[in-house]
Amino acid sequence: MAIVVKRPKLKWWEQLYLPAIFKGLGITLRHFFRTLSGEGKVTMQYPEEKWNDQLPEYYRGAPALVTDEQDRERCVACQLCEFICPPRAITIHPEEIPGDDKWAKVEKRPKTFEIDMIRCIYCGLCEEVCPEQAIFLRKDYAITGTSRAEMVHDKNRLYEIGGKRVGLVNKWNELK
Amino acid sequence: MSEELVSVQIDGEWHQFPKGTRMIEACRQAGREVPHYCYHPKLSSPGNCRMCLVEMGMPPRPKPGEELPLDEAGHPPIQWMPRPVIACANTVAPNMGIRTDSPLTNACRQGVMELLLINHPLDCPICDQAGECSLQEFSVEHGRGESRFREQKVKKPKNVDIGPRVRLDDERCIMCSRCIRFTDEIADDPVLGFTDRGSHTVLTVHPGQQLANNYSLNTVDICPVGALTSNDFRFQMRVWFLKETNTIDTNCATGANIVVYSRENVIYRITPRQNNEVNSDWMPDSHRLNFHWINSELRLTAPLVRENGVFRECSWAESLQVAADRLRSYAGGDIAIIVSARLTNEELLMAKRLAALLGTDLIAAVPRTGEADNYLVSADRNPNMNGVKLILGLDDPVAKLGEIRSGLAGGTVRALIVLQENVIDDAGFTAEELGRADFVLSTYPLANPTADASDVVLPGACWAEKSGTMINVTGRLQRLKRAIDGPGLTLEPWELLRDLIQALGGGNGIYSADELFKQLTHDYPEFAGLTLSQVGDLGVPLIETGQTIPLIERERERKARGIIVG
Repeated sequence: MAIVVKRPKLKWWEQLYLPAIFKGLGITLRHFFRTLSGEGKVTMQYPEEKWNDQLPEYYRGAPALVTDEQDRERCVACQLCEFICPPRAITIHPEEIPGDDKWAKVEKRPKTFEIDMIRCIYCGLCEEVCPEQAIFLRKDYAITGTSRAEMVHDKNRLYEIGGKRVGLVNKWNELK
Repeated sequence: MSEELVSVQIDGEWHQFPKGTRMIEACRQAGREVPHYCYHPKLSSPGNCRMCLVEMGMPPRPKPGEELPLDEAGHPPIQWMPRPVIACANTVAPNMGIRTDSPLTNACRQGVMELLLINHPLDCPICDQAGECSLQEFSVEHGRGESRFREQKVKKPKNVDIGPRVRLDDERCIMCSRCIRFTDEIADDPVLGFTDRGSHTVLTVHPGQQLANNYSLNTVDICPVGALTSNDFRFQMRVWFLKETNTIDTNCATGANIVVYSRENVIYRITPRQNNEVNSDWMPDSHRLNFHWINSELRLTAPLVRENGVFRECSWAESLQVAADRLRSYAGGDIAIIVSARLTNEELLMAKRLAALLGTDLIAAVPRTGEADNYLVSADRNPNMNGVKLILGLDDPVAKLGEIRSGLAGGTVRALIVLQENVIDDAGFTAEELGRADFVLSTYPLANPTADASDVVLPGACWAEKSGTMINVTGRLQRLKRAIDGPGLTLEPWELLRDLIQALGGGNGIYSADELFKQLTHDYPEFAGLTLSQVGDLGVPLIETGQTIPLIERERERKARGIIVG
């Protein structure tokens, strides 16, 4: 059914449009002077200036591995993120933690952990699936490189991006 | 076991089973899988896990002179018992009723699961069994989803070294005792047992002993949880990434049926596959672990042709042309062929055609013998010596090996073709002997001394990279299936033989392994009428050899005595 749109009935001076044009010019002029005085600056000088402060908590940037307050690498190489990853960006090779290690009872850790950032689609499924709270999407969004190999984040790079994360569940700690 | 049939009602439907059938097997045949941990058809049934509890009923006992009222189908009514029974150790009885999905049965399963999980660690992310763990599966089906247990879990030894190939994690053990029964009943090496009581019960190895017998890794296969893990496969790869290929073991003439687990052309583990005529559910550790060389650095990856004393990599067309040109220059009597009894029947057929084309009848296979272990390992360590005898029509395939050696020494053998063998290490030839030959062509998966002494070296695929059929020690025809691709330019031996025959001018019109098998059914009366799909995963008896597999014979006897289901 057709809808009849009710048009407002304009007064004669409204039909001239001139008052509206001058009102608009006035707004533009006000912004012009505000910008001139440096008060209303809106342009961000990227890349010298970055968005990082304005990014929301839930922002999904580069996935990275984290260590906890005891400096333990949280990843146990269960390979669930490798399994869930839709673009198959993650490759993990597990290894056994040697018996003399402080965290030998965890038994398993990644020997290599690689995320191909050309493949990554920042979906966050790896973070969601992780049973150990070991992988998080950080706020890094400008991932660049000059070769394909450089775009593959290895274990060291991932821990560098991820850093230390406190306040997580420490299920491997010895109970008192 | 008598063939008398009894009627059993399972979840409301009547079925017929032979008398003596275990209730759990009857339910399985009726399509109602009963969850279980301790029950294994090849082991005795202690009935200690209690997971297979089902509700059971029998017809009421009529008063003297009373007739039970029968329903339309002629079955008497069933009086359900107030308490459940274990389905694994009880056999079916006439007019018995079984409920596998009743409120009582489900409550039992929930209860058993809750008790099993009380002390079980939550380390599935690091446990190798995850993905193929019965406890995980049944926990999804019958578990509560959360624990009501508020006390401290009992701590037990973890990462216990109980043998050279098996690692024990006592916290994960659910006391099903399968491994104990296996080492006692099948491997005759009873070193495992339970100590302590109640929730402190632990599986341990006898003091001063180790679980070191050649069948120890089978305990890892039958462990329903991750308590026993293989040192070799431990933490290598999650099982859900692995591609499964049903094939056969080629380390001895038994030809144990196996599953090869691979990912991206790397083999990660091998497990036995059930075939009650060949290997039951088991396989020896020595054969199971003999696969790491497949991914080794020593693999040949391209054809090599010797020029002025040094090898040069080249294409297949070029290397085969060089080989064909050289071979054509010799009379048939100057050429000898050494085949491997690790070749499939199809490859042997091509070798036979090559011999016919070259006009030589100097053809022999390399013997490989060891000690039979009275279980599954055969004294003949070649997987297909019966195939060599049948396809090449030789009564003693080894006989002419000496003739070839003396021919090399006397100069009557001027050209030698070695197919998938390393005659220097495995047949006692010397590099000097091979040097006497004018021309040596050898194929093998790995770099080896025979290749060093050859003029043309061709990379032939190993057992995991080729398809075909083999005849085992009992005369059973079994299929070998390609699990992974060979590295580089590797070709399956039948392919390279086909191409060599073509380069020599003998077209043969064979382009696929299936056509080769059809040729076998055409050429040999033993194969007549067979198709590859008939041979299937379990193989078919092909010829009579009069040989038996000791472990299978013992298992048949135990089955006949009703100790195991089989």
